Amino acid sequence: MSGSGAAGADDLTRLGAAAIRARIAAGEITASAVVEACLQRIAEVDEAIGAFVTVDGDGARAAAAAIDADRRAGRPLGPLAGVPVALKDILATAHLPTRCGSRVLEPFVPPFDATLVARLRRAGAIVVGKTNMDEFAMGSSTENSAYQLTRNPWDTARVPGGSSGGSAAAVAADEVPIALGTDTGGSIRQPAALCGVVGLKPTYGRVSRYGLVAFASSLDQAGPFGNAVADVAAVLQAIAGHDPLDSTSAPQPVPDYGAAIARGAGGLRLGVPREYFPGGLDGEVAASVRSAIDVARRLGATVEEVSLPHTEYAIPTYYILATAEASSNLARYDGVRYGRRAAGAVDLASLYVRSRSEGFGPEVKRRIMLGTYVLSSGYYDAYYLKGQKVRTLIRRDFDAAFAQVDLLVTPTSPTTAFRIGEKVDDPLAMYLSDIFTVTLNLAGLPGLSLPCGTSRAGLPIGLQIIGRPFAEDAVLRLAAALEAEIGFAPRRPRLPGRTAAAPAAGH
Amino acid sequence: MAISLDEVRRIARLAHLEFGPEEQERFTRQLSAILDHVRSLERLDTQDVEPTAHAGTGAALREDRPVPPLDEEAALGNAPESERGLFKVPRVLG
Repeated sequence: MSGSGAAGADDLTRLGAAAIRARIAAGEITASAVVEACLQRIAEVDEAIGAFVTVDGDGARAAAAAIDADRRAGRPLGPLAGVPVALKDILATAHLPTRCGSRVLEPFVPPFDATLVARLRRAGAIVVGKTNMDEFAMGSSTENSAYQLTRNPWDTARVPGGSSGGSAAAVAADEVPIALGTDTGGSIRQPAALCGVVGLKPTYGRVSRYGLVAFASSLDQAGPFGNAVADVAAVLQAIAGHDPLDSTSAPQPVPDYGAAIARGAGGLRLGVPREYFPGGLDGEVAASVRSAIDVARRLGATVEEVSLPHTEYAIPTYYILATAEASSNLARYDGVRYGRRAAGAVDLASLYVRSRSEGFGPEVKRRIMLGTYVLSSGYYDAYYLKGQKVRTLIRRDFDAAFAQVDLLVTPTSPTTAFRIGEKVDDPLAMYLSDIFTVTLNLAGLPGLSLPCGTSRAGLPIGLQIIGRPFAEDAVLRLAAALEAEIGFAPRRPRLPGRTAAAPAAGH
Repeated sequence: MAISLDEVRRIARLAHLEFGPEEQERFTRQLSAILDHVRSLERLDTQDVEPTAHAGTGAALREDRPVPPLDEEAALGNAPESERGLFKVPRVLG
């Protein structure tokens, strides 16, 4: 390709959501040009990254042309007009395959859009494709996808995290400015940390789950990835709010997140839970997060140590409750109404067993088995009921902490990105990747992962900001203040196709 | 082992899954390791603690108003097999 063409396209793939919308509205660029740049970038780098399982070039071009026509005709533009978005392949999209990383949904094309997808489209966002994920969102590395590996753009020998690894990697590799993921135990925040992007899990109930294929219904929540806090705030603004089609969606009014992030960190009371800095924590992760906490203090926040004493019980509690809910939710995949049907079954019972056994991968089977066990006769009280009671204790820990402080700050992940294959045969080690994130799902709290530095090996480190229920505005406010001081965003991974050298760290 | 091979076979039947002998043994080993970890919860006294089923703010029920459902073509669009507007399955009784 010609040098000038590549540079022009490069510029558009580095614009954030707000800049894209503003420049389209001003007539400086077209939505069609933004989408072409984005599709070109995907064509250049995604073979090396593997973030996308479906790219809808035709649909994206048509949506962009409609935005451009609206602008020429002087019709009002939505708040995300012309912003390309990628969707985790667990979010239902009308006429576009939705396979949840599973052979069991090969094929499956939903007849409807998830509510949050419909809201994104209404806001003018352009769906360019669907991203790879751990099968049914079960995993922390995206290695459990039945379709392909996704590689971390910062080091392609390493995982992007998971389960929303495709969405995180797509944003980190500048393939799209915005991607949507889902988070049941850390599946937005952990890949955001490992890929050096911003990822937000909203409060349980803040964003509709209608059309989010269920893994664990009491824990699942969808949210955005972006390269900037303001972009993530703009997307939350578009997707948050009550949905009559989801009885667990919350009726609380949606605040103005853009106004919130302009307020700075001054006067915020931050708590640092001592259980989130255990002895075994990676030293570089601890140092980077502590240095960001010092930045917050300098910006006028107060910082005190707090305790969440039941933290060590969160992983076992999570793996009881999440697997129990999964075993029940995944009972629907039986080869009758949609998805994979095993050939040659002679009766209905063998159709169920064979379709499921052929369709599900090992981690999904492991979790269905564990969930079926903890719910089975004779074990229910010892495991499931016990887990629900410990969930209460974990919630109370947070209630007590939030009586003292406004926000909590912790590491997002105990390590930086690990190597592909490193943990795939050790389920328990993989589960411990989520040690700092599952607590929020159990308590229903909002949490954001913000890139706060890189390790000596050049891998991103993320810090997690935790808020009270529905306090996304406060979470975003601290994140924006820290982001401005830390200045992580100009650091980009080096990738094939990016001909100019990436700016050095610290620029 | 926190769980026996026989229990793994019983749970597989309940879950409508089947495994070869090697997989059964691997699952027995892996599920035992996970259950051993889970048993750390036994250290906590939860006698007087209420269970939490979900962290939501309570169901917001909507008005029960009839709306047009998916049409037949869309509803059957993903069916592996259908006939005369119905999902088709092999015989139910053996």
